[in-house]
Amino acid sequence: MRIGIPAETLAGEKRVATVPEVVEKLIKLGFTVAVESGAGDAANCSDEAYRAAGAEIIVGAAQIWAESDIVFKVTVPSSAEVEMMRTGITLIGFIWPAQNPELMQQLAAKKATVLAIDALPRQLSRAQKMDALTSQAGVAGYRAVIEAANAFGRFFNGQITAAGKVPPAKVFIAGAGVAGLAAIGTAAGLGAIVRANDTRAEVADQVKSLGGEFVKVEYEEEGGGGGGYAKVMSEGFLQAQREMYAKQAREVDIIITTALIPGRPAPMLITAEMVKSMKPGSVIVDMAGERGGNCELTEAGKAVVKYGVTIVGYTDLNSRLAKQSSTLYGTNLFRLTEELCKTKDGIINVNMEDDAIRGLTVIKEGEITWPAPPLKMAAPKPAVAAKPAPAPHGHGSGGAPASAGKTAAIFSAAALLFLLIGAFAPPAFLGHFTVFVLACFVGYMVVWNVTPALHTPLMSVTNAISSIIAIGALVQVAPPLLVGLDRPDEWIRWLAVAGIALTAVNMFGGFAVTRRMLSMFRK
Amino acid sequence: MSSSLATVSYIGAIILFILSLGGLSNPESSRRGNLYGMIGMTIAVLATVFGPRVTMAGLPWIIGAMLVGGSVGLYAARKVQMTQMPELVALMHSLVGLAAMLVGFANYIDPMAALNLSAAEKSIHEMEVYLGILIGAITLAGSLIAFGKLSGKIGGKPLLLPGRHFMNLAGLLVVIAFGWQFMHVETISSGMTALTVMTVIALLFGIHMVMAIGGADMPVVVSMLNSYSGWAAAATGFMLNNDLLIVVGALVGSSGAILSYIMCRAMNRNFISVIAGGFGGGAKPTKKADGDAAPVGEVVAISAAETAELLLDAKNVIIVPGYGMAVAQAQHTVNEITKLLREKGVNVRFGIHPVAGRMPGHMNVLLAEARVPYDIVMEMDELNADFPDTDVSIVIGANDIVNPAAQDDPTSPIAGMPVLEVWKAKTSIVMKRSMASGYAGVDNPLFYKENNRMLFGDAKKMLDEVLTALKAQ
Repeated sequence: MRIGIPAETLAGEKRVATVPEVVEKLIKLGFTVAVESGAGDAANCSDEAYRAAGAEIIVGAAQIWAESDIVFKVTVPSSAEVEMMRTGITLIGFIWPAQNPELMQQLAAKKATVLAIDALPRQLSRAQKMDALTSQAGVAGYRAVIEAANAFGRFFNGQITAAGKVPPAKVFIAGAGVAGLAAIGTAAGLGAIVRANDTRAEVADQVKSLGGEFVKVEYEEEGGGGGGYAKVMSEGFLQAQREMYAKQAREVDIIITTALIPGRPAPMLITAEMVKSMKPGSVIVDMAGERGGNCELTEAGKAVVKYGVTIVGYTDLNSRLAKQSSTLYGTNLFRLTEELCKTKDGIINVNMEDDAIRGLTVIKEGEITWPAPPLKMAAPKPAVAAKPAPAPHGHGSGGAPASAGKTAAIFSAAALLFLLIGAFAPPAFLGHFTVFVLACFVGYMVVWNVTPALHTPLMSVTNAISSIIAIGALVQVAPPLLVGLDRPDEWIRWLAVAGIALTAVNMFGGFAVTRRMLSMFRK
Repeated sequence: MSSSLATVSYIGAIILFILSLGGLSNPESSRRGNLYGMIGMTIAVLATVFGPRVTMAGLPWIIGAMLVGGSVGLYAARKVQMTQMPELVALMHSLVGLAAMLVGFANYIDPMAALNLSAAEKSIHEMEVYLGILIGAITLAGSLIAFGKLSGKIGGKPLLLPGRHFMNLAGLLVVIAFGWQFMHVETISSGMTALTVMTVIALLFGIHMVMAIGGADMPVVVSMLNSYSGWAAAATGFMLNNDLLIVVGALVGSSGAILSYIMCRAMNRNFISVIAGGFGGGAKPTKKADGDAAPVGEVVAISAAETAELLLDAKNVIIVPGYGMAVAQAQHTVNEITKLLREKGVNVRFGIHPVAGRMPGHMNVLLAEARVPYDIVMEMDELNADFPDTDVSIVIGANDIVNPAAQDDPTSPIAGMPVLEVWKAKTSIVMKRSMASGYAGVDNPLFYKENNRMLFGDAKKMLDEVLTALKAQ
């Protein structure tokens, strides 16, 4: 089948839906690829590079839309693009079906099959490789820090210079989703002191792992809303949160906000009051600018200076890192194509039985299939309820504990056995029996500690020490005899001598060969 | 030497034996552990020889027997090749079994042994004699057959007699019946009849048990016989009222039992059924309908030169050796290749499956002999998770332990057996003589995987070619 890559038409959009490296892989899957001339220019992917990778370069979007079986897009297609679209095409890209009902109708009218990459069920771990929202958010988070550093008048890292000490910048990041975590990692990497907050308390560890400090809101409420997003919080919580933000605003130099709630305007976190309280020269990067902003004073798409604070509200952070965004996005789409084309023969199969693909498919051959039924997945339980991982089947541990019933059966059998022995055996036997049972346990403990690499030497050394049976033969050779006892001396002696000779083979041979083997083990 | 002094020496010997086994927890301390074992054995023997139960008249006999046996043992230890270790170990087990039998018979005809015993003590003692000889005989016969199979003197195919479980059961009943008779006889000579019949049955049982077991199950059998030889020593200890023998027997017995348990788990077999000797049934290849059983895909061959190129381009390499490496004596070439690659900065490691080879730890010993540093030789569990980050995995003469069907195909005879996930590496290379299936008779879907390449030929010869190609680069 033929995959078409039109140039993005949205003003300011610099990304492209695939890059030459990915084109090669798509061709290996059996597809042919056509790229609109100039589609990758803004993302540093020349027509030449695409051609070298095996793609066909076509001038004009119309031909792409008319001749391709599958079209990869980044942004939501415009009405003009839908017009050009061939009937029965497969479209893959960002669609946002909830926000674009009219577009959905138009696409359905074209009998298209539409896979909205934004509708991917992100809970599936299998879906991670296709998760374009995550890959794009990560790029945006990185770029947000770079924008902040650009607008900020000082170093990020603290330095001791010959001229004096420079304090490190303090960065506060609101929202520790993918973008927030990328921002934390980037800012910490530049040497800033990074703090972060999120309504979902479980991300605290992730924040710490990236070098940030998690700032808690002093209020008890669970904030996970499913699908990796936060939910709307109660009034009491919001009050406590505002106080915390106000405090942070007074202390830090840079605030990066990433808070989004699905299908709703972005929550207002930073009020004009808080902006006023910030030090002059401070920077706010509002990554939610497109959806109204987390800061009261944000102007979407622009960087403005208010009360001495630069407020960056760019909505095109991904286009500002077009090559990286495109490469990751292209790879996400390639992974999706792999899932669609498991036969690797260049023909896709939109398998609605597959959870991930079912979730992605918002229109199937002109029929709107969005929203997908919720996934039957176990609700994430609090960490306490999680079962401890089964003990690693290793050495030193006797494996998983047996079931209660089995244990009871074993114990009662052992008890019965001991009862029988206790009832009938003479005391002298019991002494030996005690030693025997204890020795079994000692052996058990000791041998579990033997490293598997030394199992062969273990066998040869146990072989050697089981020649201890020689003692049995030794005491039979010539014991102090009682007078008058009728004892077949000759027989016993010969049996015993043979026994000694046999065990001596083991005794000397076993230890010698063990020694030989062990001397070979070296680092 | 007084009786108390002898006992104290025995306790010292016991401690040294335990330390000896404990030392094997890592290769550093193991050499000292072996030394402890030797000292313990010396103390035990000297304390017995100069103890109250041996008169000086026996000394020439003892020294003579020790010299003969000792020189044979030392000669064997020096001459044995590391690939033959399983045979040697099996042979040594048979010696322990035979010695236990001889000591048992000698003890039975010795009137001193049962002197001054009460009736209850006497029947216990007789039971101990009976059991000791029984276990000794099974160990002897089983080990000899195992030796024969391991050294190739007897075919590796399992011998499955019809109704063999009933034969074993019948044997057990006869043994119990004669045991009852044995404990109620008046004279020693009439007891000998029962004892002899039982010994013959036990020998036959031992032969039959191991004959029914196929070649690749040998790790289980060898460790099981190891265990039996320990129990034989413990039974002898009960017979002679000697705590030292009991303790050592129990140590060796539980050691062997643990090893067999580990082996069973590595092959996904039931421990109980193995201890009972009643397996071999699992070794039957289940014939499935043609068509759905055959894995789909194509087998792609690769040349030695291409293998060398792949290795040079790789950052991480995992080598999975199997019995085929031992057969081809290829371990030294493997080490040469490893050294060369490591000098070039390639991270080479070895993945050892618990049942690779013919006895527990067999591969580790072979690699150690070839001077592969032991810290790059890993257990299956230690590195199975690393395969996805591995560029090239090489399988040398192994099959079932790398069979993905164990994980993917619930109908496969080896389903559930833990395997090394070599197919998760970017490229896997399997060295094999032909496309024949492995011991379990199961076709291996690995060979048909897209990222798998086959390097056909004798492992040693092919590896030599790879080495030459590597050196030429």
